[in-house]
Amino acid sequence: MTAGTPSAPLPASPLPPEIVPAAPPPAPLARDVAPAEQAVRRARRWKPAEFLFWTVALVAPLVLPRSMLLMNEIAILALFALSLDLILGYAGIVSLGHAAFLGVGAYAAGLFALNVNADPLAGLLVAMLTASALGFLSSFLVLRGTDLTRLMVTLGVALLVFEAANSWRSLTGGADGLQGIAMDPVLGLFDFDLKGRTAYLYSLAVLFLLFLAARRMMGSPFGLSLRAIRDNRLRASASGVGVNGRLVVVYTLAAAYAGAAGALLAQTTQFVSLDVLEFHRSADLMLVLIIGGTGWLYGGLIGAVLFELFQDAVAAATPQYWQFWVGLLLVVFVSGGREAVHKAGAALRRKIAGLKIAGLFGGRRP
Amino acid sequence: MSAPVLETLDLVKRFGGLLATNSVSFTLERGARHALIGPNGAGKTTFVNQLTGVLKPSGGAIRLEGRDVTHSRPEARVRLGMSRTFQINQLFRTMTPLEMLLLVLGEREGRGLHLWSRLDARADLVREAAAIAERFRLDDVIGETIATLSYGKQRQLEIAAAFAARPKVLLLDEPAAGVPEAERQDLLNIVSELPAEVSVLLIEHDMDLVFRFATRITVLVNGTVIAEGEPAAIAADPTVRAAYLGGESGDA
Repeated sequence: MTAGTPSAPLPASPLPPEIVPAAPPPAPLARDVAPAEQAVRRARRWKPAEFLFWTVALVAPLVLPRSMLLMNEIAILALFALSLDLILGYAGIVSLGHAAFLGVGAYAAGLFALNVNADPLAGLLVAMLTASALGFLSSFLVLRGTDLTRLMVTLGVALLVFEAANSWRSLTGGADGLQGIAMDPVLGLFDFDLKGRTAYLYSLAVLFLLFLAARRMMGSPFGLSLRAIRDNRLRASASGVGVNGRLVVVYTLAAAYAGAAGALLAQTTQFVSLDVLEFHRSADLMLVLIIGGTGWLYGGLIGAVLFELFQDAVAAATPQYWQFWVGLLLVVFVSGGREAVHKAGAALRRKIAGLKIAGLFGGRRP
Repeated sequence: MSAPVLETLDLVKRFGGLLATNSVSFTLERGARHALIGPNGAGKTTFVNQLTGVLKPSGGAIRLEGRDVTHSRPEARVRLGMSRTFQINQLFRTMTPLEMLLLVLGEREGRGLHLWSRLDARADLVREAAAIAERFRLDDVIGETIATLSYGKQRQLEIAAAFAARPKVLLLDEPAAGVPEAERQDLLNIVSELPAEVSVLLIEHDMDLVFRFATRITVLVNGTVIAEGEPAAIAADPTVRAAYLGGESGDA
């Protein structure tokens, strides 16, 4: 007990008596705010660890200037995972085909840059709109059914999109992909460089803005209704929630987010191939959310960091067998390691909260 | 006499060969304290599930405030003024009671598709949620995760959440079922303190609660209404005694 905890009653205070305030301090808030209102406000307030997280993300290139290409990959994967968290973590819709939206976004951005306009932000917008159109149309397939049918339906949609891209060579370039994409500077100011500095800062900025929007939307009455559907669909409907409408909206929204991730991928690598639609993209994404946890927005971000760093380290150590190690990680993590990691995290949080520094990120843990 | 707030006309529900609701014509008067009783398997919950739209009737009609809602979606009926509790708790287990009440209030006020609004943008709703929590004796656990609440508190929240929708008709499906003795009194008080303008239909096994609460009783056996009337008349009715007690004696 090193830190002075002023409000905790300590019978045997280690502090010398002159430091202890003689009288209890007056109530800190002059305004009379009801506890319920305080609780709502507290839940949406930014936690110190959130500031820390984004500060680290921003200064990372200064510390590791040679890893900006990797950081860019992390930021894009994080945005992609954030997208899946919106439907999986909040609305409870499992998907094994989220790569469909990433891929459609990537092709839309690539084609737009090649044929119409090479401005990154315009391409980003086009990609989001295209992906959300596909999201809207396919959302009607996931309204009903169990987790298993949803896994199959989303997988099926992704396979259809993959084969369509593979066959429509005149548009997508087939197995050769879209090559020779040259982007204009971001905002007309920042040229894409070989080190990936602009790429990373651009991806990070997009990730941050879309994260802010997601944080706001998931804290809204709409976000609450998604959690209601996830927790208990029967009760949600008995509470006046129009379940189908909400699912269509969030699925469309998540598709737009995945489309944005696809656009960032196309624009910063200046290349689009069928790889963006591959099954492993969807499967890796599930792994990312399993690592980071669902339903608190940071799960996808932290999961993306850990996943990419792990993959990078393993690929450097054993280039031929890295998939073996990724597979092993998955098995170990899902069958017990995850609890251990999250328990350690929770214990750390409690400790820090006990020091009255922060409730850290708050939010729900899986 | 004012029109009934809720009525069914020849309501029929078949599950394959089983006739679960046999041509039930039922009327709930405005401000009623009405109990629906019957032995296990009499079709009480099936009847409620049709009223609220969870099940589709095989035939007949349901009118709420004179409007035909036979084919309306459950959430539409909530907006028209009918809400319910569940026999087995159906709660949002990862939320707090405050969040669950805010959800119901938000839906009631049509805020469910407000993507950019803050939860406390309507301070009056937050205050109302707090007031409802107090009324239903949940103020001491308002910020705790629902899954961790005692069973009795969860039962209270069942009613509080249904009440928050500001219903004209409140359907209570065995509100006291399984509540331990220590928490039972709170729950009975909550039920008897419901405001008079809310019309209440109580589906119950517990005769103690029924006779304490209801001013009118309908008896359902094998999907058929066999008697309806005031509590004293029902208690004295020989067919009710035979059918009801006969069916009940086999139960635990």
